[in-house]
Amino acid sequence: MNPSNYVVLSALLFSIGTIGVLVRRNAIIVFMSVELMLNAANLAFVAFARMNGNLDGQVVAFFVMVVAASEVVVGLAIIVTIFRTRRSASVDEPNLLKY
Amino acid sequence: MTEVATDTNVGEAVVFWICSILAVSGALGMVLSRKAVHSALWIALTMINLAILYVANSAPFLGMVQVIVYTGAVMMLFLFVLMVVGVDSSDSLIETIKGQRIASIVLGVGLGVLLVWGVANGLTETTSVGLDTANAADGGNVQGIAHLIFTQYLLAFELTSALLITAAMGAMVLAHRERWLNPPKQKDLSTERFRGDGHPGNLPPPGVYARHNAVDTPALLPDGSPLEESIPAPVRARSDARPVDHADVREVHEITEGE
Repeated sequence: MNPSNYVVLSALLFSIGTIGVLVRRNAIIVFMSVELMLNAANLAFVAFARMNGNLDGQVVAFFVMVVAASEVVVGLAIIVTIFRTRRSASVDEPNLLKY
Repeated sequence: MTEVATDTNVGEAVVFWICSILAVSGALGMVLSRKAVHSALWIALTMINLAILYVANSAPFLGMVQVIVYTGAVMMLFLFVLMVVGVDSSDSLIETIKGQRIASIVLGVGLGVLLVWGVANGLTETTSVGLDTANAADGGNVQGIAHLIFTQYLLAFELTSALLITAAMGAMVLAHRERWLNPPKQKDLSTERFRGDGHPGNLPPPGVYARHNAVDTPALLPDGSPLEESIPAPVRARSDARPVDHADVREVHEITEGE
């Protein structure tokens, strides 16, 4: 087995995440798809770190995880706040800034 | 695809194929399931399998962090928010932008094909060095990552602490709700109840003075007429209330008269 299979898997997961972001309307599912894309990028980092025999890729993946965790906290707080005011978790609903 | 010098063995290939199939099916299930809770559980499956793949890629520290941070903290946070927002908040099928769904599926599949094809073709000649020497240099994977974090990436590491504090503060500020009025006390609630037009006390339970005490049997008033409010509102809404049998009412009336 070639270690580049990991990178292929990461590309596949990334595209599935992209489709999820584009197609789904529920803000929470869109958010989960973003998390999936971040995870796919992490898998690519880890695989490339192994191919190059260098631990820097794993450190970068670690930082990505930290940033993703804080992003999830703030993003979910924003979703809850929007849900409180608009009674909806759909990404199509908040259109007050449109006009 | 030509076989190149790799550091993988058969065991890793087995792990890779099992975990990658599970991870991709979890991702597909996340995108395709209609309910948000099912999506959360599917993506938890994907993340656990990614953790196994990290360990197979000689990154045991990241595998553990993946399980603890992603499946442990992030996904549970998602589930809590789903409970706040409403478990059955499913997608609307109305398209705000016409043809957006088809176009995005086509573009996403195109991106996937391009990425997978490009990566699979571009990386055939690569050789894998393997992390054994890099991990052994400091005595292990955790020690190696710690060495890098606390020397070369120290500034970035310190900045992440500031980021985490800011994120926690931001979440608290966003989720905090200021109470503008005093919360109603028991006395206010009681006054409210007696001022309103509703029934101040408990409603009569179903079946009072009737021949049955099933929940769909309305209670009978002293004159024998049924009291609709004694039936629970959901049963009333389905109009499942049992019609009052006037023969029964007469019979009850005769019994009480006779005594």
